[in-house]
Amino acid sequence: MLSAVDSIPQTPAEQFLLRDLHQRFGPIAITVQKTADDIPTFWVDRDTAHDVLQHLRRGAERPFRVLYDLTAVDERLRAHRDGLPPADFTVVYHLMSFERNEDLRIKVALQERALELPSAAKIWPNANWYEREVWDLFGITFTGHPNLRRILTPPTWTGHPLRKDHAARATEMGAYVLTEDRELAEQEALRFNPEEWGMQRHSETADFMFLNLGPNHPSVHGVFRIILQLEGEEIIDAVPEIGFHHRAAEKMGERQTWHTYIPYTDRIDYLGGVMNNFPYVMAVEKLAGIDVPPRAQTIRIMLAELFRMASHLVFYGTMSQDVGQLSPVFYMFADRERVFHIIEAICGFRMHPAWFRIGGVAADLPQGWDKMIRDYLDYQPKRLDEYQKLVMQNRIFKARTVGVGAYTLEEAYDWGVTGPGLRACGLAWDFRKQRPYSGYDQFDFEIPTCQNGDCYDRVVVHIEEMRQSLRIIRQCLENMPPGPIRSSHRHATPPLRDNTMRDIETLITHFLGVSWGPVLPPGEAMVSIEATKGINGYYLTADGDSQSYRTRIRTPSFPHLQMIPLISRGAYVADLIAILGSIDFVMADVDR
Amino acid sequence: MSRAITAGLLNVVLGLIFLMVAAALLTWIERRLLGFLQDRPGPNRVGPSGVLQVAADGIKLLFKQDWIPPFADPGIFVLAPAISMVTVMLAIAVIPATPVVGIIGNLNVGLLFFLAMSGLGVYSAVLAGWSSNNKYSLLGGMRAAAQMVSYEVFMGLALVGVVMLAGSFNLTTIVHNQLRLWYVVPQFIGFVIFFIGGVAETHRLPFDLPEGESELGAGFHTEYSGMKFGMFFVAEYIGILLVSAMTTVLFLGGWYGPFLPPFVWFGLKTGFFVCFFILLRAALPRPRYDQFMAFGWKLLLPLTLLNILITGALMLGLPAPT
Repeated sequence: MLSAVDSIPQTPAEQFLLRDLHQRFGPIAITVQKTADDIPTFWVDRDTAHDVLQHLRRGAERPFRVLYDLTAVDERLRAHRDGLPPADFTVVYHLMSFERNEDLRIKVALQERALELPSAAKIWPNANWYEREVWDLFGITFTGHPNLRRILTPPTWTGHPLRKDHAARATEMGAYVLTEDRELAEQEALRFNPEEWGMQRHSETADFMFLNLGPNHPSVHGVFRIILQLEGEEIIDAVPEIGFHHRAAEKMGERQTWHTYIPYTDRIDYLGGVMNNFPYVMAVEKLAGIDVPPRAQTIRIMLAELFRMASHLVFYGTMSQDVGQLSPVFYMFADRERVFHIIEAICGFRMHPAWFRIGGVAADLPQGWDKMIRDYLDYQPKRLDEYQKLVMQNRIFKARTVGVGAYTLEEAYDWGVTGPGLRACGLAWDFRKQRPYSGYDQFDFEIPTCQNGDCYDRVVVHIEEMRQSLRIIRQCLENMPPGPIRSSHRHATPPLRDNTMRDIETLITHFLGVSWGPVLPPGEAMVSIEATKGINGYYLTADGDSQSYRTRIRTPSFPHLQMIPLISRGAYVADLIAILGSIDFVMADVDR
Repeated sequence: MSRAITAGLLNVVLGLIFLMVAAALLTWIERRLLGFLQDRPGPNRVGPSGVLQVAADGIKLLFKQDWIPPFADPGIFVLAPAISMVTVMLAIAVIPATPVVGIIGNLNVGLLFFLAMSGLGVYSAVLAGWSSNNKYSLLGGMRAAAQMVSYEVFMGLALVGVVMLAGSFNLTTIVHNQLRLWYVVPQFIGFVIFFIGGVAETHRLPFDLPEGESELGAGFHTEYSGMKFGMFFVAEYIGILLVSAMTTVLFLGGWYGPFLPPFVWFGLKTGFFVCFFILLRAALPRPRYDQFMAFGWKLLLPLTLLNILITGALMLGLPAPT
């Protein structure tokens, strides 16, 4: 499965990249790893890693402008690592180039005695939070990092949770007792200290006010804390603080079977529903080599687009509410209720159906689904026209959002912005078009874009996306292919039951598939999709077991929140609320 | 003599009771109407059509613990809601509903008294924001001070035209002068600006910046609960009644109207503006603080001055009506 550089045939992309690196750096050691997702994966030495990354970002032709993801793997218990460089821990940089429409994975092997790497925060600003996360969860130090402190776990936490030797559940850790002293200490640890962030308490002319916005403020959309440095109502600087919604979703992935992890994914972006199942099951299918039948693919697309509608309607309503408009949110939630009505009829659940399965979907469409969807498709566009007049053409709404919270395309690259926030800057880049998955290439739709990258444009892109989603749903309705809804592959879960009552072998396989779950061959795969809020990806490492060795969830909201200080400096408190609304984030998606 | 005093007291007490009941009912009307505008039922469980919801809410507020946060300045903290309640109630006393119905409707400086009281009302929000010793309250109080003091100016200036036409500060006289033509016609600009100023004075959406729910939590009354919050709440609704009634008296001919009795006309006209207040709240987003101030000083102030200039010029130029 895995082998070193000389023994495997290389793809043209890999050859091109290797040639470029060798030209620039001479004969450095690079190990090429074959992965199930066909993303070029190079192992680079710790000493050269920083220069290589720097070159890929700035020096290379059509550079990798975007640090898509940065994570680590605890390799110490991994059984199948044939041909890979010896490592206790691996740091994984996932780079993306929109110009090439290609990804590149750079891996750096680290030994337990020297868990240290130079920080990439100067190359990609968004590496800042990713490196804090890796330090927090794995204990890997990044030298030269501006402020390497815990980000997801509380400041008083001990240990690094994603290490294999860290307890995975509370019952392994001894009873938790919250004494009064401990409570006070925890509270004290949350006190904001401006000096730790290099902030001044006074300027020459004024004392600054430090305003703690959140974690339970009405406009922070969940448990999210931002500390604002204010002069009057003007924001001098801001420090976003996350982690209040951390549920160790990645750690849980290492305990659940491939199949039983599906419901956990629903709750990552809790407005996205099955949209979260999508990249996860596709990554598992890539590892297992399953082809999904066309009907299942189309059903998946239809449901994903229905959830995009539901999520964008929430965004639209709460955005207008954040700038003080009371009514639209009620209309949009009522519309969302109609979407949920359809979803409930199909899946049996509303928000978190966990309805996709490895190799297909859970059940076929119910009788009468087409009428429900047709009614909805006739209803919604008229309402969107009405909201256009109510919200988007309102002059106060425009005054509050046009030119507020703007960032350039260059800044969007630097901070890893994806989804509507990127398209509002003028780049027509949509995963569904650029790298079609699950049959999106057979659909006729457009990618809406805007030019200014401000709050107003982000809303415009969201609204146009809703209209495109309705187009896609209509095409699903009119061209729903017949056929099975789950693959007959032996790893498809739960397995089809056609022959279980005829011979004992099939029955045993079925029994194991249901009770034990499929055992996937060792390998690695990352699958990303255009989710509601940007690009969402699952990076799975299989080690020949019935559960994942490492589950990495790359969510769009995480980097989006990181750039809040950049776009809110110099704005007013009221602008910050508009900015938060326009970013369209969900804290469960940030903290996982 | 003593009978006159008794009658006067009775008038005041009855007036107050009527006002409290009206304000309480108004909270229910607002919630039902908002519900209607927002495709939802609104409170409809307690009593017929939910009208007793008002009583339930009142009881809840009354029986809540009377809590003063340990970090607040207790004296001022208690004083602030009382100021807001007292000033609006004093201001509404000068409004003549009809020539005979009203508390002191025939006061010869009625209009000035109204302006003075709404000027004092600013203190409630500022002191509440200050004494709460909470950063959100402080920001709300700051906004309240700037907003209410500024819009006080435009509101006062918008009324100068009316006073010029009527030649009196007496509200009853002003209504009498509108027998033939409501002032909304010659003083249309004044009418619009007065109403905008009135919305800003009561800090209702879209001009609820001192509260700014989505920005400041609850602004200047973040720390208030129980009946002290209830007093802010009631004061806000009496404020709505006050501005609506004032607009009726000054621009819409008060109690004048065909067929129906005067008090009904007054009630209908006031009710119209009350509903307009609620519609505004349902329809519009909130401008940003600096935009709102700029709107006042850069647009409303020149307009009011222009209005005074033109009114004066026309009064001098045209022959006085006999």
